[in-house]
Amino acid sequence: MSATEAGPGKSAYREREESVELSHVKAPAAYDGEAPDSELLTLNMGPHHPATHGVLRLLVTLEGEVVRDLKPIIGYVHTGIEKTAEDKAYWKAIPVIERMDYLAYFFNAYAFCGATETLLDIEVPRRAQYLRVIHMELNRIMSHLVWLGTSALDLGAMSMFWYCFREREMILDLFEYSTGQRMHTRYFQVGGVIEDVPAGWADKVREFCDVMPGRVDQYGDLLSKNEIVLQRLRNVCPLGNEELLALGVTGPLLRAAGNPWDLRKAMPYCSYEDFDFKIPVGTEGDNYDRFAVRMQEMKESTKIIVQALDGLPEGPFIVEDRKVALPPRHELATSMEALIHHFKLVTEGFRVPPGEVYFPVESPRGELGCFVRSDGSSKPARVHMRDPSFVNLQATNAMVKDSYIADLIATLAMMDPVLGGIDR
Amino acid sequence: MPDATGLELLAGELRDAEDESVLGTLHFRGQATILADPRHVRAVLARLRGKGYRHLMSVHGVDYYPEEPRLGVLYELLDRSRLDRVRVKVRVPTDAAVVESVTPDWPTADHQEREVYDMFGVVFEGHPDPRRILMPEDYEGFPQRRDFPIGGEPVLFTKDAAIGADYTQ
Repeated sequence: MSATEAGPGKSAYREREESVELSHVKAPAAYDGEAPDSELLTLNMGPHHPATHGVLRLLVTLEGEVVRDLKPIIGYVHTGIEKTAEDKAYWKAIPVIERMDYLAYFFNAYAFCGATETLLDIEVPRRAQYLRVIHMELNRIMSHLVWLGTSALDLGAMSMFWYCFREREMILDLFEYSTGQRMHTRYFQVGGVIEDVPAGWADKVREFCDVMPGRVDQYGDLLSKNEIVLQRLRNVCPLGNEELLALGVTGPLLRAAGNPWDLRKAMPYCSYEDFDFKIPVGTEGDNYDRFAVRMQEMKESTKIIVQALDGLPEGPFIVEDRKVALPPRHELATSMEALIHHFKLVTEGFRVPPGEVYFPVESPRGELGCFVRSDGSSKPARVHMRDPSFVNLQATNAMVKDSYIADLIATLAMMDPVLGGIDR
Repeated sequence: MPDATGLELLAGELRDAEDESVLGTLHFRGQATILADPRHVRAVLARLRGKGYRHLMSVHGVDYYPEEPRLGVLYELLDRSRLDRVRVKVRVPTDAAVVESVTPDWPTADHQEREVYDMFGVVFEGHPDPRRILMPEDYEGFPQRRDFPIGGEPVLFTKDAAIGADYTQ
């Protein structure tokens, strides 16, 4: 029998309840005259938190609901890839290096291959450069799709995740078609790409490029007029150009603050000077601009891909230098020399003149620089990746200081850190 | 990148300001490197900043084993208006691996200097938060040094703590 049905007469329980005397319990003393809600609370977010996009741990000092200080603690997925690469021949180091920033594997491979090519002083064939551009721009769209899907999920938009992963699947199918793998393809080789794209692939890429801009508009219809998304993003956690530059932030985060710095335009590499594309920039540098810049970048990337397909030059897809690139399979049956080259390359690898180079490229998250030092042997003496996520993460505190903890989640989503790249 | 002549001019200007701050220059594959004295690195970087190289894009370490002095710290500077890059390198021996921190001047160096300390054991004097960053706090040794072996890392399981086979033992 519940209390409401008890009627006018009190139940035994209610009588017992009223007999409890609490007057002897004193209220807690005020904290040195301050209100209890002004006490600081230090809280761990992560490393296993769904909104940290990986194993990122944030030591957050809260005053009520307001973030007063934040320290990122990283290293939970440190796997020593830079050390491992020192123990592998140059071409065998590519697969491990690709696994650093696991959403931008073509960029990792390109930065390393580009650094090695600079050390070797070899010219990459034009067709290989265009094929690299196509794959890198597809990769950029793919990375932004993962960012958009998971970030929207953080803001509570469940269906965006499925739409983004639907388009991402299309890109991964294209990667599987051309390279044989969906992720970590080992497609880029020192001197070019491992093999030419198969027949019919270009048409499939064109089909995708026809569809993609419309899909980006659909995402925009779902999100950029959505009141909840606008409230969570607009004027939330802005950071100005000068602070971002001092913190070394690059990529969409910097462009959102109105700085049109993009290495593809500023210091073109890999034939990017051949293509006509725009650099989307924001005005306020808030979360909404970070969101809008990436949305537009996806459209610009499709433009680059179409231009690269239109202008795809004929010719070799990897350098003819047999001391660096593997001979074609059919030559092994007829040419003794090809067999020797193949054997030397597969067992020892190629030797690289001693020296040091730093090779920066524009990854989906900013400047991805690969530093390679060669000591003249067939293994790199030092490989270092200047990962944009690692450097950009330093701006988290400046961005979210004195804003709500819910805005911290939104800001972290809009920063798009990839912990595989941060920890390496 | 400044060309070889430009690099010499730049190094000459730095020498004019402080004679012993620049130890040498290197121009390789179109990339310019200034070898600076570790005691003056902060001043050298500040002077280069005055010459337009306003952005520090990367700080990373190198172990030149078996060459001496073994450890190197490299600073990649960028001039965004002239689209130019220059690298500053300092070399320190392992037994006196101390370099002045540039984090007060360039906040971006914070995490990167911590990584160089973590991996190579170069101490950055004046760093606001000189701790390891990627390896565990109680880790011994500097894993990116060339004489640090690959493999043989004990796997950390909490169940092993009870029998004393914990990695901290």
